[in-house]
Amino acid sequence: MYQYFYDLTGNVIISGLIVAIFPLVNVLLVVLIGVYLERKVSAHMQDRLGPMRTGWHGTLQLIADFVKLLQKEDIASTETDKGLYNIAPVLVFTGAFAAYAAIPFSSKLIGSEIEVGIFYVIAVSGLVVVSILMAGWSANNKYSLLGAMRSAAQIISYEIPTALVILSIVMLTGTLSLGKMSELQTAYFWNWNILGGAGFGLAKFLLIPFMVVGFIIIYISTLAETNRTPFDIPEAESELVAGYFTEYCGMKYAMFMLSEYGNMFAVSAIVSILFFGGYQSPFGYLGNTLNVHWLIPYEQAFWFLLKGWFFIFVQMWLRWTLPRLRVDQLMSVCWKYLIPYAFVNLIIIGIISLL
Amino acid sequence: MKAYLKNTWLGIYTVLVGMTVTFKHLFVPAVTIQYPDERLKLPERERNRLYVNMDDCIGCDQCSRACPVSCIEIETVKSVPGEDLGTTSNGKKKALWVTKFNIDFAKCCYCQLCVFPCPTECIYMTDVFEFSEYERGNLVYKFATLTEEEAAQKKVNYEKLQAEKEAQKAAAAAKPKTEPPSHPATN
Repeated sequence: MYQYFYDLTGNVIISGLIVAIFPLVNVLLVVLIGVYLERKVSAHMQDRLGPMRTGWHGTLQLIADFVKLLQKEDIASTETDKGLYNIAPVLVFTGAFAAYAAIPFSSKLIGSEIEVGIFYVIAVSGLVVVSILMAGWSANNKYSLLGAMRSAAQIISYEIPTALVILSIVMLTGTLSLGKMSELQTAYFWNWNILGGAGFGLAKFLLIPFMVVGFIIIYISTLAETNRTPFDIPEAESELVAGYFTEYCGMKYAMFMLSEYGNMFAVSAIVSILFFGGYQSPFGYLGNTLNVHWLIPYEQAFWFLLKGWFFIFVQMWLRWTLPRLRVDQLMSVCWKYLIPYAFVNLIIIGIISLL
Repeated sequence: MKAYLKNTWLGIYTVLVGMTVTFKHLFVPAVTIQYPDERLKLPERERNRLYVNMDDCIGCDQCSRACPVSCIEIETVKSVPGEDLGTTSNGKKKALWVTKFNIDFAKCCYCQLCVFPCPTECIYMTDVFEFSEYERGNLVYKFATLTEEEAAQKKVNYEKLQAEKEAQKAAAAAKPKTEPPSHPATN
């Protein structure tokens, strides 16, 4: 995509900006639709209706909320560390947004086709921890600090099972590039990694149960990395007011929400690339059957967004199903269950992929 | 080891059970009532804002005395002979001008105790319950139909009558002192 715009405009900066704008628009849309969906899903799961009065079925609610947040006075207590306090919301969003650079929305729509895509995504998501700690510590508030500490402990712990599962997929596919990973799971849904990847043979069928285990592990741990319920102890509103962003208000607060929802989609996208074929359609392409090949990238983008949204929905579904974990439970889930399983899974997948 | 695996299975299984429950609820119709647009039917004997039908009020002050929080203020002025105040709907003759009939709904506890003693059934509960105000003073409802000038007029009239009566009484009291000696004379 970058190459296309580079050929079109002949300017590095302009083409780079155009390529960067697409994921930004996507993040903003994810937030707009995501928050609305969150409220609606939560409401209907509790037999309520959710926002109904702004626009048709409350569709304009988020715009109203956003305008309200824009109008808010920017209040900061005098005891905050001003520099860190102001830079934290920007950094947290940068961390969430940077991951989008490597995510392939379709075969043509990818910010940067770097070879170490998945590695890069893991690396930049580490930036979120730094900025969360920054936010919590600089706010000079007990709740913020507690939330930030919990968040750091949680995200760092859960990065291990995530990385282990990603490693097993990397072993299977032999590539770190997210684009290539999606390409490998081409054409139909039985070629997806969750069903053993492309190619027929004994290995494919042997892999299926371990892939399912891997999927469950990575889904749980990414849920924890995005600080979503049941792993939302960093921002547990019943104990810590709002955790690390207790002291923030107005647009700075909105930045944290923005990055949370941006992260949600990024994580869902990663899960769908690793296990559910990324942008690949499960039933073949309309463009191929109708022989209109320019349609294929659009179809791919559609399937990609659909998968991403599906996993976001599952995240919300889990949020309104499960109560919050205690800190010790959280740690034991990670260290006593997910990591051993991930290790065993890694070894078995390694052996099978050698077959 | 067995317990460990069982724990894992239990964890996943119970989460899935919970998820089916919440998923089913996604399709259960909401119980929400969109309040200002649709309303619950009020119960038969609901107690809300009071209303006073001043055409029927005879100014007997019984409701005010029944009120446990003294939120009803009534002032009356006796009518002057010759004034026609009309009758209530059940045929009673009115004899008092009600110059003031204030109910302070900020104080009112909606106990309905004022409704029962009313001899003409002119004070009763309505079904209005949305009457919030930004200022407390606005919650004092004035039911008296007379304007302030009229009320003042009635008061003046009554005082005049009183004064006349006083004068007559005084005159009557003054007369016997001077007259008694003449009586025996006439006899």
